[in-house]
Amino acid sequence: MALQTKHRPGPLARKEAWEGRLYILPWLAGFLIFTIGPMAASIYFSFTKYSVLSGADWLGLDNYTKLFGGDRLFGLTLYNTFYFVILSVPLNLFAAFLVALLLSVQVRGINLYRTLYYLPVITPAVASALTWGMLFSGDFGLVNAVLQALGLPTFNWLFNPKITKLVFVIMGLWGIGGSAIIFLAGLQNVPRVLYEAAGIDGANLWHRFRHITVPMMTPLIFFNLVLGIIGTFQVFTGAYIITAGGPANSTLFYVLYLYNNAFRFFKMGYASALAWVLFVIILVFTVIQLRMARLWVFYEAER
Amino acid sequence: MTQTRAEVPLTITGGRKRSVAGLTMNGLLVRLALYLFLSFVCLILLFPNIWMISTSLKDSPQIFAYPPELIPAPFLWSNYLVAIQKFPFFLYLRNTLIVTGLATFGTVLSASLVAFGFARRRFPEREVLFGVLLSTMMLPSIVTLIPTFVLFTRLGWVNTFLPLTVPAFFGGGAFYIFLLRQFYLTLPYDYDEAAYIDGASSLRVWWEIILPFSKAPLAVITVFTVLSNWNDFMGPLIYMNKPHMRTLALGLQFFRDQRYTQWNYLMAASTLTLIPVLILFFAAQRYFMEGILLTGLSGR
Repeated sequence: MALQTKHRPGPLARKEAWEGRLYILPWLAGFLIFTIGPMAASIYFSFTKYSVLSGADWLGLDNYTKLFGGDRLFGLTLYNTFYFVILSVPLNLFAAFLVALLLSVQVRGINLYRTLYYLPVITPAVASALTWGMLFSGDFGLVNAVLQALGLPTFNWLFNPKITKLVFVIMGLWGIGGSAIIFLAGLQNVPRVLYEAAGIDGANLWHRFRHITVPMMTPLIFFNLVLGIIGTFQVFTGAYIITAGGPANSTLFYVLYLYNNAFRFFKMGYASALAWVLFVIILVFTVIQLRMARLWVFYEAER
Repeated sequence: MTQTRAEVPLTITGGRKRSVAGLTMNGLLVRLALYLFLSFVCLILLFPNIWMISTSLKDSPQIFAYPPELIPAPFLWSNYLVAIQKFPFFLYLRNTLIVTGLATFGTVLSASLVAFGFARRRFPEREVLFGVLLSTMMLPSIVTLIPTFVLFTRLGWVNTFLPLTVPAFFGGGAFYIFLLRQFYLTLPYDYDEAAYIDGASSLRVWWEIILPFSKAPLAVITVFTVLSNWNDFMGPLIYMNKPHMRTLALGLQFFRDQRYTQWNYLMAASTLTLIPVLILFFAAQRYFMEGILLTGLSGR
């Protein structure tokens, strides 16, 4: 302790700083090894012909010209994925918000409901995908049985390329528990005084919802929207298990196509180019959203 | 201000306090309708799980009965015994427990240390690095998939538990670090201060002050990590080519591939895969819900 005390960062502060760096070191090392390094390698691979067995042969822009020039499947997977994202993300967000509102009521036993609503999220994706495969089966599936009982038309859900993507959109709705619980946390954190003040001013239920709940929730809506889009662009497991991309490639989503290229055909270079293109697409979406956020996301500090 | 746990009556049940005649009757009806609605939505959301369990108890003819029947007749509990003999259930369970256990330990340990560094220690680069950390949350994991696979292949790690467990010890994921850091920031610094004056090391402060206060958020990330590892499909799919290294989530998929699908056994195996996490989830339920409501999940 009796060491000379320098002007600004005293020995204690310096010790604290070094400790701080030490504590975050695992993350920083992981960031370099598992994020930055692979990203750089991924760019490099995307300009090569590369299978894990052989070395990388430099191809220049060939992978990219093939992607944008000759690969019919690339365009199709983009179409499939955008189709899915555009339908699924808003629908899930909306449904999750409604479910969160429902779960935010204060009645006895509500915690049991909160837990039960979350159960589909903890079910292994493989198990639920297989179950959905059964439910939507054309010949013995329950969905068709119900439609028939109601006198509605039935479909060969998993074999009609026109509707297979819709099946995945419907299935996706069962995963809303995850976002719903985040919304629920937000709803619980809306300061009660705001509602009370509004109540005194004579605001009705709708007004309170519209002018207090929704604005206070916009940061979380934004959070769920951004992460929802990133996650939904990478849809994989369900399509891999239920339809394996078929029929007629109608459920060949982007990451499934990427997976096939990398791990079935061992075209690692081409798959890396695919990965980078998806990364750029997602980045563009994210940046647009960050920009747009200023227009509609409400931060308390701005009050 | 400890506003965090304020009970917000999202007055859907509205007007409970209004002193209008016939209030009790009205309130009762509203409440009843609410319970009915809650249960109805619950039933819809749980339906696939219910169907999964129902199928797991049926005999083969009943599975293909049309129109389908919900209640198994007879209840074939023996399907479960057959299922665990049809695929190496206990081996896969062991593999899953090893992966999940190690990855969860690594995540909780390293995320809480890193979060401690970001929340409780000051250093010049802190804000910049935390910004970097936040931005990695928006990075699609698919970009790093292939080079990481190449790296692990070169290291000879394929068909070992290492690719699925070692990365967890490097901070365990930006989201968890973020959650814990937000929570640590809400703890008063006075406790740390007092401990440091008594000559405690920062590691002791972390262990004896911060951790004991953080049971709820730690429970949250534990549950999240267990779930994501237990149910992970793509990781084992890529790194576990040898049948004896498969996890349960992956094993289920190969169960199906055996010639034609034996739905009842498959669903019995699926149910068995779900049960351990179900038990954990119910056991941690109180902490979990509380923790989620407490942590910085309010997104600031």
